[in-house]
Amino acid sequence: MTGLGEERPASTAGIWRATLPVWAGLMVLLVATLVGAYLELGRFNLVLSLGIAVAKAALVVVFFMQLKRPDPLLRLAACAGLVFLAFMFTLTYADVLTRAPPTQPGTVMPRSIPDRPAAGQRAF
Amino acid sequence: MSDIAARNAALRQPWRSLRRQREGAAFGIWIFLGSEVMFFGCALLTFAVYRSLWPDAFAAAARETNITYGTVNTALLLTSSLTMAAAAEGAAAGLRRLTLCCLAATVAFGIGFLVVKGFEYQEDITKHLVPGAGFRLEAPQAQIFFAFYWLLTGVHAVHLSTGIGIATVLGIQAWRGSRMLASPAFEALGLYWHFVDLVWVFLYPLLYLGGRS
Repeated sequence: MTGLGEERPASTAGIWRATLPVWAGLMVLLVATLVGAYLELGRFNLVLSLGIAVAKAALVVVFFMQLKRPDPLLRLAACAGLVFLAFMFTLTYADVLTRAPPTQPGTVMPRSIPDRPAAGQRAF
Repeated sequence: MSDIAARNAALRQPWRSLRRQREGAAFGIWIFLGSEVMFFGCALLTFAVYRSLWPDAFAAAARETNITYGTVNTALLLTSSLTMAAAAEGAAAGLRRLTLCCLAATVAFGIGFLVVKGFEYQEDITKHLVPGAGFRLEAPQAQIFFAFYWLLTGVHAVHLSTGIGIATVLGIQAWRGSRMLASPAFEALGLYWHFVDLVWVFLYPLLYLGGRS
């Protein structure tokens, strides 16, 4: 055999059988995230919508982008970007969330309004 | 043309087998997508920082986006990913009709997304949601939200247009027969297309779903 992926579906019907359930799952998640956005969950609205986005992304990456195939090189390459993102978010928030409050307003105010004196109010 | 001959015709230098060529193409695209993750990741991180600084202004600004257009566009893109996946699988299986039909459908869904986006941009402009003088909302931080809105959706639209262009070219080549269906290009295009879809999957909750409850 050629090793070109004999486990892949070879017929039109087989291809739709493999892809349509994934699409149906994505549509269900889309409706769920839309409904979830209107529920009164406070700060957990964001957690819910991003959680559903991650679930959608997992469906697309595993089934449509073929990471379900046991190819370690591609799986590693796909994870490399995420590892970098994890470092970037962690280090950035380690700075932003621990910065002294008075340094916040003056540095990040939009320039369309005059600078306000640092009032010492907490950003969080 | 026999199966073996078709595969040999799709083989290019310097690869010794179509299997390695295919893996090389997929690996190359994944590395490229890694750089794209960093590109979009930087913008999303900045958005996240501003959002955590001014959650109320960002929620009020997100309420101004048109959730109908956003949701329709999400559904369009997710469906285009379905047809793109079917096209890539069809090409690998040598199913010419399925590949051509699904590529055409993918291009159509992609153009549909851009058309809806165009209507949405038009509405945003008439509602004075462009940052700068005469901006609709009072909170100055809402302008930061809309700066990200225009930047992120604009860059995403550029990516999608690129995908539409490549899909059109590959479709025409496959239709004329100048590109073999066994070529790894279809799968490579699929990876790129799904990535552009993934970017939107994260833009949708961040830009459209905030501040609705």
